[in-house]
Amino acid sequence: MAARTAAVVLGVLVLVAPAFLLSGYNLFQLTMVAAYAVAILGLAIVTGYTGQVSLGHGAFYAIGAYVTAILMTDFALPYWATLPIAGVICAGVGFAIGFPALRLTGPYLALVTFALAVAVPQMLRAKALEAWTGGVQGIVVTAPDAPAGLRLSQDQFLYLFTLAVALLLFGLARNMLRGRMWRAMVAIRDQPLAAEAAGIDVARVKTRAFAVSALFTGVAGSLGALAVQFVAPDSFSAELSIALFVGLVVGGAGSLPGAVIGAAFVQFVPNIAQQVDKSAPGVVYGMLLVAALYFMPAGVAGALRNGLRGPAPRRSAATKSTTKPQGGTIHVE
Amino acid sequence: MAGVLHQILSGLATGGIYASVALALVMVYRATHLLNFAQCEMATFSTYIALTLIQAGWPYWGAFVATVLVSFGIGVALERLLLRRMEHARSLAAVGVTIGLLLIFNALSGWLFGFTVKQFPSPFESSGGGGAVLGGMISTHELGMTAITLVVVAAVYAFFRHTTLGLAMRAAAANPESSRLVGIRVGWTLALGWGLAASLGAIAGMMVAPEVFLDPNMMSGILLYAFAGALLGGIDNPAGAVVGGFAVGVIENLGGAYLVGTDLKLTLALVIITGVLVLRPAGLFGRAVVARV
Repeated sequence: MAARTAAVVLGVLVLVAPAFLLSGYNLFQLTMVAAYAVAILGLAIVTGYTGQVSLGHGAFYAIGAYVTAILMTDFALPYWATLPIAGVICAGVGFAIGFPALRLTGPYLALVTFALAVAVPQMLRAKALEAWTGGVQGIVVTAPDAPAGLRLSQDQFLYLFTLAVALLLFGLARNMLRGRMWRAMVAIRDQPLAAEAAGIDVARVKTRAFAVSALFTGVAGSLGALAVQFVAPDSFSAELSIALFVGLVVGGAGSLPGAVIGAAFVQFVPNIAQQVDKSAPGVVYGMLLVAALYFMPAGVAGALRNGLRGPAPRRSAATKSTTKPQGGTIHVE
Repeated sequence: MAGVLHQILSGLATGGIYASVALALVMVYRATHLLNFAQCEMATFSTYIALTLIQAGWPYWGAFVATVLVSFGIGVALERLLLRRMEHARSLAAVGVTIGLLLIFNALSGWLFGFTVKQFPSPFESSGGGGAVLGGMISTHELGMTAITLVVVAAVYAFFRHTTLGLAMRAAAANPESSRLVGIRVGWTLALGWGLAASLGAIAGMMVAPEVFLDPNMMSGILLYAFAGALLGGIDNPAGAVVGGFAVGVIENLGGAYLVGTDLKLTLALVIITGVLVLRPAGLFGRAVVARV
């Protein structure tokens, strides 16, 4: 137990250290990694654990970002109060969008969310909503200052604030994904018919997971808006949704560390690739996505885990849980 | 009234494009139970091939036929090399591969052919003049485009209905195990489905390019309408997809003109997709899927 506490303290120190070692753009990049990590964590909850593919989480990120921007400028709410509101609104939108698709079996969620990802930027640009969204111009967000008494620069405070929220949400996800909900989700992913036969309300669990996942990604959008200090339709095109999806797969769809690795990928790889050629990010994204699916189905996180422990069971929690899934497959005609 | 008629006619013309792409999507879905998110990017890539051939001095229809054949080859190769290993994969991997292809083809189009917007010739009108027929209701290109779409759809119908190969493909899609037992090479029929879909996409790309001009993202919006059309008609029903595609074209045009304006047109596709899933998930002509345990 003492070793565990020491590890946690060390981990927190390592995470907090950049605030005092880095500055300016480098620190901003890490802030964005933390925000993207939460966004991909949201996606992992529905896609990684429930097996329902969402291609539209960029839309929830956008909605979260806009909710924060609008609440701060039009309603003069403090920045921290906008986060839960953004989360709840995204959960509501997620429920409304997810429910029709998720009560059906088949790839319908991918379809609906793809449509959402393509449609949302156009909605944000639309004349009818311009009074709220600022149209093509977007909204400038005032970045929060560190509370009086803390001697931190704005960048440092933003990083630490984002980090704190991210850690909180990862902790929440970790607890949630250990219990009954997690078992139901994985059962649906791996054996949908058996799950249904075992009395799991498949549509309900899937829709709930999707709403929770939208909530996480919405909060990530709020964090992103605070860090960038600006929201505009062009920042949230369908490419963002696809980038989050690629980050999820490359990082490792069914694991929490995978979300962090995926976030680093989304933040750094396009910048590096862009220096080679304008079309390089697309090629790199596409190639790595396909390669990861074929050769590294558990993503970088999975590969690392296997490298460290040797080919182990896919999740240690699976061996711990008392209701270990029994073998045998169900044949469907 | 003339305005409404004009909107309906030009809706039918764009609807033809959606119908072709929707037909391609349904073909892939029936063969491999995949939603091919890369369909339109593949089509755009094919259109660039056609433009390259035309610029190299090929006659239009020569380039047209060559492009259709090359696209067919690309489709078959993709199925054989990449997708066949995903046959029994989880939905994450299956969707992921087509998203990967979307990114790769999109980037390849930009990388090989440039990002600048290019003009693409139409076989139905002399360059520069948009000849109008039917009292200015519809341009000659729109008329020719619709005609080509109808010819292609009829050809696909005849192929599936009246040829042994078409029958084999339908059998392989409906029941792979039994088809294998009667000697149908199921793997190759699936590849054939992908090839045909790629060809259909290529034709749609070449038909729409003179209207919207050619650039790497030319068809990204079209994919959404085609999906809406396929879903409206029934995602596993080719005839339904064609009807759905035309219907979505008309709905989009009328809605854009009188209801939501041009800046919310894509939302209309989202509304159609969600609406179908809520009201009639099997589509207008599809059968509800029943799983036997």
